[in-house]
Amino acid sequence: MKKLIRVLGVLVVLGIIALLAFIFVPVQRTGPVTQLAADFKPAKGQGEYVMRAGDCMACHTNEGGKPFAGGRAIQSPMGTIWTTNITPDKETGIGNWSLDDFRAALYDGVAPNGTHLYPAMPYENYRKLTEEDVVALYDYFMHEVQPVSNKVEETKLSFPFNMRFGLRAWNWLAASYQAGFKPEEGQDEQFNRGKYLVEGAAHCAACHSPRTLFMSQDGIDSSSKAFLTGGEIDGYTAPDLRGPESGPQKWTTEQTAAYLATARNAHSSATGEMMLVVRDSLQYLTHEDNMAIATYLKKIGTAPADASAAAAKPEVTETEKLLTDAKADMPLGPRLYLDNCAACHIVNGKGAGETFPELDGNSLVTAKSPKGLISVILHGAELPSTADRPMKLRMQGYDQRLSDEEVAALATFLRQGWHNKAPSVSAAQVKAVREAATH
Amino acid sequence: MARTEKKKDVVLVGFGWTGAIMGIELANEGLEVLALERGHDQATVPDFQYPNMIDELKYGIRYGMMEKPANTTVTIRRSLDEEALPYRSLGTFLLGTGVGGAGTHWNGLNWRPMQSEYRLKSYVTEKFGAGVMTEDMTIQDYPMTYEELEPHFDRFEKVAGISGTAGNINGKIVEGGNPFEAPRSDEYPMPAMPSTWDGVKFRDAAKAAGYHPFPSPGGIASKDYKNEYNMQMGPCNHCGFCERYGCYNYSKSSPQTAIIDALKRKKNFEYRVNSEVLRVEKSTDGKTVTGVTYFDHKTGEEVFQPADLVILTAFALNNVHLMLVSGIGQPYDPNTNEGVVGRNYAYQITGGYTLFFKDENFNPFIGTGANGFCIDDFGIDNIDFAKEGFVGGAYWRAGQTNGQPGHTMPLPAGTPSWGAGWKKGIGEWYGHAMNIGAHGSVMSYRGHYLDLDPTYKDRHGRPMLRMTYNWHPNEIRQTQFMKQKMEPVAKSMNPTTLQEGFKKEGAMFDVRPYQTTHNTGGTVTGDDPKTSVLNRYLQSWDCHNLFVMGANTFPQNTQYNPTGMVGGLAYWAAHHIRKDYLPNPRALV
Repeated sequence: MKKLIRVLGVLVVLGIIALLAFIFVPVQRTGPVTQLAADFKPAKGQGEYVMRAGDCMACHTNEGGKPFAGGRAIQSPMGTIWTTNITPDKETGIGNWSLDDFRAALYDGVAPNGTHLYPAMPYENYRKLTEEDVVALYDYFMHEVQPVSNKVEETKLSFPFNMRFGLRAWNWLAASYQAGFKPEEGQDEQFNRGKYLVEGAAHCAACHSPRTLFMSQDGIDSSSKAFLTGGEIDGYTAPDLRGPESGPQKWTTEQTAAYLATARNAHSSATGEMMLVVRDSLQYLTHEDNMAIATYLKKIGTAPADASAAAAKPEVTETEKLLTDAKADMPLGPRLYLDNCAACHIVNGKGAGETFPELDGNSLVTAKSPKGLISVILHGAELPSTADRPMKLRMQGYDQRLSDEEVAALATFLRQGWHNKAPSVSAAQVKAVREAATH
Repeated sequence: MARTEKKKDVVLVGFGWTGAIMGIELANEGLEVLALERGHDQATVPDFQYPNMIDELKYGIRYGMMEKPANTTVTIRRSLDEEALPYRSLGTFLLGTGVGGAGTHWNGLNWRPMQSEYRLKSYVTEKFGAGVMTEDMTIQDYPMTYEELEPHFDRFEKVAGISGTAGNINGKIVEGGNPFEAPRSDEYPMPAMPSTWDGVKFRDAAKAAGYHPFPSPGGIASKDYKNEYNMQMGPCNHCGFCERYGCYNYSKSSPQTAIIDALKRKKNFEYRVNSEVLRVEKSTDGKTVTGVTYFDHKTGEEVFQPADLVILTAFALNNVHLMLVSGIGQPYDPNTNEGVVGRNYAYQITGGYTLFFKDENFNPFIGTGANGFCIDDFGIDNIDFAKEGFVGGAYWRAGQTNGQPGHTMPLPAGTPSWGAGWKKGIGEWYGHAMNIGAHGSVMSYRGHYLDLDPTYKDRHGRPMLRMTYNWHPNEIRQTQFMKQKMEPVAKSMNPTTLQEGFKKEGAMFDVRPYQTTHNTGGTVTGDDPKTSVLNRYLQSWDCHNLFVMGANTFPQNTQYNPTGMVGGLAYWAAHHIRKDYLPNPRALV
């Protein structure tokens, strides 16, 4: 008995020591993955390019605020996370950070004082950056970004998420892999460039991969089956990119690249978060890089079985017949479609070229969560002006014109019309989206 | 002067079609360009959005998109001995305002004039003798040739996004198009729009009569489209809300669909709305202009905007008004036939037959502004002026543009205009009528001109623009000729009843019913500073750093809708400003 108590006592002491060590022993920071020549200088514009690819600006700039001065609220399931000032201001920004400090934030999610960053900062993905890009990005922030004095609100999550040290354990799960980028053997340069961008800087998996039980990305590279098979952001569905019905698999690589560069292609257009990603990030990538991304996505996915057969024989669907007949007693959903949508999206649901997106097979329409679709019907959507497609094509919203019941009937019709097979939408779901916008 | 703004390389007065074209062409040269627009800003969404825009009462009847006469108007008289009165209530023409200008609310009909029209006076004199012209006729040749303009027409059609069927490509006649058109270097950028049943009926009747029908060419997209600036259009759904409306469907050519978003990306381009230019300022020696003074409606003050280059890109009448109030060029005096500014104003003459068919249903809710079929068999090139006793021509078109009951409700003559009889008439005839229209040229004359009104002033204290215009016997003969030729075609279609609407001898210019907004002349282009305000590059003879765009540059009105010519001339001028003027600013002629 005494022996048992003694053993337990030792275990408790050891446990306490381990816990204290867990909390207080500084995290080992990852060093450079490549030793660069002492006189290494990033090419002109390289740092800004990595910033664009990483879309640092999107999170670290507040609505109407100075670039990179932080203060933007990121709504996470754990609470509001306020983004930090990453301008080279010495007081409120990162002006005092060394290259090693900077790299540790990108690779390990650790601030210079040892505090763990919340993984809203996608260091799970940035960990793949090459040393050249890390140095270029550091150089950009230190020398090309204007310092802005802006003390941002401190992030205060509720218990237990306010125990930042707990992220140490989380990082063992999520970000303990060998840092840096390893090209896939047997694949060409274009594929590997795409892989580097998708898995690294562009952090596509942050939205497009599902999350594990522990909220880490379920797969950070193509070796994982779940990688980029669809995720969720703020209740909206980020679509699957690998299945046979997904955009990158149905479309040509040129069309996918056009979507990334201009938020539109012959089939679809980007809305919501993806529109912002194109607006702030992807439109600034070279055509070659967007083609590399598209090529990589296509290669890691499953091609549609009957792509050529379907393209060769356009059929007239039951939905198209219903809309063309336009009988007086047609149900509410299709009637609303004729009265509000068909002028642009056409009775065949195919839209028109790059101007009006197709709804038949559109991932936004058939998404697991109908929030995105409801939101577009209610509030409309606007495409960003990009170099290749400057037009801010804008769909109007129908929140003033259609009731919750009508939007539900219309959305249900869209989700089940033509070849679409997605669950119905309820008026309550519409009401929730409508109310969220007014708050 | 309350305020002086920072100097710009170029200031554009008006931000419609020609302002947008000049804006993007000169911004592409790297110049600092500013467009001043008197009206409001407007974009497809939210300003033209569905269903708000398709409100006939607000926009079709109460002219929601037009400039209010209380803000800007003209005075009108029909002869030198009448007293001109302000045009207080919109009727015969509709003046737009706001970003995009008239380019937002037009019908979309887009043409190039016929080949003889560029050298009309020479053509008439050589072929028929000067005697066929009336004594007071002041028509003249354009100072540039069709061949010189052709690449610029082609460019405008591709920028604007015009649907149509070519009839003459590099001299080769193409079946299905207009065999009488001037040879074009390329197809239209989009295939022609399908026609409604009225247009098809007319096509078949015209063909049977031995004429040469072809689909109306228009700035209405027949498919999805992308132009050289990568701007986009979507296919039209034939909703029938073109003229008087902005298009909610990205389907009608406009500065918004063709240019503006591309232009807005340029850091060296800026536009200011609610900025109404009051006058162009001249240098002390009067040989150049120094900028413009505008009224800023937001701050309520006058602003001087200095610029190296001033381009008037407002509506035709406003451009002429600005030249007159700025004292640039000698105002025209009809008594002495001297002076140039205001000279050769011309309008457009239209006439037609309305055909009522008891057993036809035309579904008038389907339409576009450029719908249907045309013939050019009675175009200027195709008429023997010596034999017929007039100078001019017309193109004919049948194709419903809309079925809006408030202002498009043709009823047989004798139907009561109100009450139970009117309702009965509507019940019987709505949807059963179609129209064939003749759209005719108007020559310029000594007594038709624009000047400053001696009595009426606008809200800024400037004399209003005064229009002196009436129907001339030459045009009455022309339109009566069209009637005589059209009658058998209309009758061959076997309507239940038919009625004509052509102006007759003695007809006076009536400003109350809508006719067209095709106002031309006033600052015409020519080879001789004694008979023109602008040289062949649309550059002022008086001040070399002032250029003037618009239909006000036409020496006489063509038989067509003017936008194609306005756009072609703007690209022509832009080309020469870029290539010849900017490297060495001077009088180009």
